[in-house]
Amino acid sequence: MTGQLAGTGGADEVPPAGHPSEAVRIEGLRKSFGANQVLTGIDLSLAAHEVICLIGASGSGKSTLLRCVNLLEPIDEGRIWLSGQEITAPGVDENLVRRHIGIVFQAFNLFPHMTVLRNVTLAPVKVLGTSRPDAEEEARELLRRFGLRDKEADFPDRLSGGQQQRVAIVRALAMRPQIMLLDEVTSALDPELVAEVLDVIRELAAGGMTMLIATHEMGFARDIARRVCFLEEGQIVEDAPPAELFTNPRDERTKRFLRRIVDAGRL
Amino acid sequence: MLSTASTVVVLGALAALFLLAPGSSEVRHTFFSPHDMWQALIGDPRQGYYSVGEALWLNIRMFLAAEVLILALALLIAVIRQSAGPVMFPLRMISTIYVDFFRGIPLILVIFVLGFGVPALSLRFLSSQSAAVYGVAALVLSYSAYVSEVYRAGLNSVHQSQVAAARSLGLSHWTSLRHVILPQAVRTIIPPLLNDFISLQKDTALVGILGAIEANKAAELYSDTVFNYSGYTVAAIAFLILTIPLARFTDHLIAKDRRLRLAGAPT
Repeated sequence: MTGQLAGTGGADEVPPAGHPSEAVRIEGLRKSFGANQVLTGIDLSLAAHEVICLIGASGSGKSTLLRCVNLLEPIDEGRIWLSGQEITAPGVDENLVRRHIGIVFQAFNLFPHMTVLRNVTLAPVKVLGTSRPDAEEEARELLRRFGLRDKEADFPDRLSGGQQQRVAIVRALAMRPQIMLLDEVTSALDPELVAEVLDVIRELAAGGMTMLIATHEMGFARDIARRVCFLEEGQIVEDAPPAELFTNPRDERTKRFLRRIVDAGRL
Repeated sequence: MLSTASTVVVLGALAALFLLAPGSSEVRHTFFSPHDMWQALIGDPRQGYYSVGEALWLNIRMFLAAEVLILALALLIAVIRQSAGPVMFPLRMISTIYVDFFRGIPLILVIFVLGFGVPALSLRFLSSQSAAVYGVAALVLSYSAYVSEVYRAGLNSVHQSQVAAARSLGLSHWTSLRHVILPQAVRTIIPPLLNDFISLQKDTALVGILGAIEANKAAELYSDTVFNYSGYTVAAIAFLILTIPLARFTDHLIAKDRRLRLAGAPT
């Protein structure tokens, strides 16, 4: 972590629970939408360069958890640290925190009125103050790396879903985040387009990117994750290496979930 | 073919009704006398009346000045009303009261109050402006309340996921608004905005009550002097020449927008 996350003083005290080698630490996270309790006490720690997949039925709280880590949702209770600094402390500048966290959404959420290149360079130019030529050079480099070299002048609606999602990943990467949060990034894609996006994520993992991935792709989770967390009713029911969790789940609820997945032919 | 025939029949019937009415010749003389229409159009200050054509130029100038100011003031109000956080609360409250107030008061009363009230205050600079200035001020105050609601609808039409995408990249509230939300909102509000401006073009005629010689006032002076209403017909035609092109342009934009949506707008 470079730089302070807090705009004001008071962040100099070293927070007790966080440790710099931990990319993310979450303690006692609770979040409700009205009467609907979505997260009911999440504890999770993610080491640098670690990849964790979150699995669970729709509505189990995976997406909300990711949005809380990015401070897109204000949390009700609990604390979150990013590289040893508490980002849920009062006085923390959320815009500063978000620079270090990339998030990719299920529905891509590209800016429809901007070309691919502008989508990717907007934040580096406006947030980091990178000069436009430098930002464009970096953006082209990233687009080339992810097979989007000839798409930079296109508007998002001209691209396939897979291409749009890869642009969204590049857009997040252009901010050089410390961690990437992926929120069911293949769920809105046609089946034949899923592979190209998963390949991109594999490449990121191979490059040492720290990632927290909410996914329905069990095979992919088994391949890529060092740990898999199964969520149900806003809690992490089971947290284990994939080989263990998928072949020898301990908790009854995990077993039930996996049985349903197997019955649906998705594992 | 059928539509042409029915049009001819309907127009023919209306013309017959007009021509065969008992007072037809009198009305034709009072409203449609070619000589009087020409006199009203060119004007003759020595006789005590002014050219309706020249007076229209004042309507155009008032319209253009008001339009620019309305676009700016209405945007400011809309953005304030859409803002979040306790710091902005007083401004939000003022904006809400402003919009309620000026949407609720007839424009003609606003014109009266400004046009006769402010000069009566005998302030050094504010009280010594021309009638047209007070008229434009009244138009701006009244129309900004309406147009701000149009802006607000446009801002609300941009999906929340776009806000999330922008904020997640570390863009501040204002930067997101400026580069992501507003450009998308403006595209959807151009037709309703132009609709309001067609209305504004006509309402410049109300400033005549303050004594400004605009087209309608010039026509009134002609009728007062010569006791023939043909000047009003000239003024009506003059306003039609102004508003119809803008109305057609609005239709064109609406049709274009519909085509774009049908072609498959980005999600």
